[in-house]
Amino acid sequence: MDFSDTSEEAEYRETARAWLEANAPKEGLKPDRTGGADLDHHRAYQAKKAAAGYAQISWPKEWGGPGGTQIQQVIFSQEEARYNINSAYFSIGLGMCLPTVIACADEATKKRFVGPGLRGDEIWCQLFSEPSGGSDVAAARTRAIRDGDGWVVNGQKIWTSGAHYSDFGILLVRTNTEVPKHKGMTMFWVDMKSPGIEVRPIHQMSGQKGFNEVFFTDVRIPDSQRLGAVDDGWKVSLVTLMNERLSIGAGTAADSGAFIQLAREATIDGESALRDATLREKIADWYVQTEGLKHTRMRTITALSKGQTPGPENSIAKIISAKQAQDVGAEAVDMLDQFGIIRDPDISPLGGLFQDQWMAGPGSRIAGGTDEILRNIIAERVLGLPGDIRVDKDVAFKDMPTGR
Amino acid sequence: MNFDFSDDQKHLKGEARRFLEANCPTTKVRVVLNDAAKAYDEDLWKAVAGQGWMGAAIPEEFGGLGLGHLELCAIAEELGRAVAPIPFGSTVYLLAEAIMLAGSQMQKQAILPKIAAGEIIGALATSEGPGAPTASSLQATVSGGKLTGVKLPVTDGDIADTAVVLAKENGQAGLYIVDLNGAGVAREMLKTLDPTRDAAKLTFKDVPAERLGGAGEGFDLLQQIHDRAAVLIAFEQTGGADRCLEMARDYALERYAFGRLIGSYQAIKHKLADMYVKNELARSNAYYGAWALNTNAPELPIAASAARIAGCDAYWYAAKENIQTHGGIGFTWEVDCHLFYRRSRQLGLVVGAPRAWKERLLSQLERRNAA
Ligand SMILES: Cc1cc2nc3c(=O)[nH]c(=O)nc-3n(C[C@H](O)[C@H](O)[C@H](O)COP(=O)(O)OP(=O)(O)OC[C@H]3O[C@@H](n4cnc5c(N)ncnc54)[C@H](O)[C@@H]3O)c2cc1C
Repeated sequence: MDFSDTSEEAEYRETARAWLEANAPKEGLKPDRTGGADLDHHRAYQAKKAAAGYAQISWPKEWGGPGGTQIQQVIFSQEEARYNINSAYFSIGLGMCLPTVIACADEATKKRFVGPGLRGDEIWCQLFSEPSGGSDVAAARTRAIRDGDGWVVNGQKIWTSGAHYSDFGILLVRTNTEVPKHKGMTMFWVDMKSPGIEVRPIHQMSGQKGFNEVFFTDVRIPDSQRLGAVDDGWKVSLVTLMNERLSIGAGTAADSGAFIQLAREATIDGESALRDATLREKIADWYVQTEGLKHTRMRTITALSKGQTPGPENSIAKIISAKQAQDVGAEAVDMLDQFGIIRDPDISPLGGLFQDQWMAGPGSRIAGGTDEILRNIIAERVLGLPGDIRVDKDVAFKDMPTGR
Repeated sequence: MNFDFSDDQKHLKGEARRFLEANCPTTKVRVVLNDAAKAYDEDLWKAVAGQGWMGAAIPEEFGGLGLGHLELCAIAEELGRAVAPIPFGSTVYLLAEAIMLAGSQMQKQAILPKIAAGEIIGALATSEGPGAPTASSLQATVSGGKLTGVKLPVTDGDIADTAVVLAKENGQAGLYIVDLNGAGVAREMLKTLDPTRDAAKLTFKDVPAERLGGAGEGFDLLQQIHDRAAVLIAFEQTGGADRCLEMARDYALERYAFGRLIGSYQAIKHKLADMYVKNELARSNAYYGAWALNTNAPELPIAASAARIAGCDAYWYAAKENIQTHGGIGFTWEVDCHLFYRRSRQLGLVVGAPRAWKERLLSQLERRNAA
């Protein structure tokens, strides 16, 4: 075990640091998720990263990636973190969709998508959840029916983050209703500009419009856009979901630095809030959680970089980070006493960072696997406890009990 | 011993519920939410005044119904349930209580009848920025009967006619009654986590101010006013938390995942059971607070602190776990979950965050144990 850089790693860090110094936007990058003018800034920086070999560093050369190591990726991310850069526009494509496409598609398709994806020219979305099920993705009802050398798709997806500015998506549909639900789904990639696709933004409770309803009316998809075998879409979706949990767990743990800064400025009974014993205890707990997650991730990456299959330890990440974000937001708001109710970037401390976090917290505990589902996964897949009694495993999809 | 509301009080509560179901469905709350310039629901405010609720605990000699605080608690619970977008708390729990507690006969005569008739909106202006104000941090100053300073935020500050303001005079903190419609008062509406309730920045420049209570009694009186309001707010919190539990339970009984009702999963059952436990603890602590408030018992500071701590905890938990129970749809603007999430924080901050109340509770307990 060694937490310090080897000499090659130190050199890599030096070079990355110099590159960032010259190229990273000094004012940081925070996506407004509108896909409007601010997307251009994100694209410009992403393209620079791609040209310099800093986009998806560990993607192998045969995919069209830079062919670096996982450790190099970690080093670059650590250095980039100093610049307050959030690449959410590209993370769904690079973190989940493209790895799925790469795992399933032919050479020509890979060539077609990897370059534009790395440069940020093309953005992807994940079309899995439906009104009938988000935790239970396999309850999907959107139907694809074979028609000559293609498919015709009808139905509805929901909660699709970024669909309103995405160019492509990966789409999970039902191709067979006579078999149990996991056995009758197929995965496709789809051009979001295809005739018959309609995207309607959904207003989030936080006031933003980050996710969407996506309606499919007689949308034609060539069979060449199929990812994996017909009716084997569930297996393909697991590739995506595994990548999702890895990438979501990574970014969202709270930054105790910002909290300490706020606590230093705020006062409790005339003293800096940072001197308050209960707050000090909480900050300590959050710090330990965040560090624990960071180092857990390093264990996973070490395993990956040795070519081993990582253990299940990384599955703790989102359980901790999502709830922690909500708790920290609540605590920060409370620390300001009555003043905490103000949510105005011009008045609230740190531009209202913690008020925003408080509003976003409930979404993080749901997106990418709810708190409850993640616990089930740990209990059943990691610890081997028996699963809940399933009533949906061996019945044909069409006979499954459902709500509305 | 009788630890329950009387039949009459229960009847009043039932009436209040029916009235608010008819006059304050969440569609009405959303009108205030969606219109940034709208501070409150004027129609509802008038209708509530018509019911006489503003004067429920105000003695008859000052134009109230003279019913008592238990009746007011019953109404508060229903207002909390309805997430009512009106300045009821500022006017009734804060201004009216302040005047009843510390006002001279003349001050009572001048203000209470107007509150009871629904003619004025009140506010309590204490905060001056991040953190609760202290003797050393307090900046607002009264000199020669004129108030100068900045209060930020003031709940219902945009719409209030009369405020009780915490300020210092000759270096001593006091409470002052201020007419907000006079010259020298500038109001600036604030954006907040709960746009269904108003908040403003108030700037005072040489505004006539009349002392409420004795010189130097400012913080002491403020604490007593907060104790009284905390009990009433605890009932609003209990009402809101109950509604969250009902929404979560209803949804758990209609939503399927993996071929089963989500309410059949223990993760959801335990979550709802925990909500119930917290709500019942909050309710019982609020009842004890109501008794202490209604009888002016010496236990009030302890009972009020306990009611506030339990109320804040229950509402926060119920509001966030209600969203969680709903999954993706709970995170949307269209579904009502967030109205409660927002209000839970608004009520959790309005007479000070729980942290200070825990401190207050402990210092009271210490004192009691020493005696
Ligand atoms: C901000 C945000 C962004 C999103 N982005 C995307 C996206 O880009 N693409 C996409 O496809 N989806 C996306 N989603 C959808 C997300 O994956 C689902 O909302 C989530 O999986 C929950 O599904 P659901 O909403 O159907 O809730 P449900 O599955 O109906 O869950 C309701 C409640 O029941 C609980 N529950 C369900 N099953 C069980 C069980 N077996 N045991 C115990 N409890 C259970 C859940 O934990 C939850 O509390 C996003 C969601 C959010 C909030």
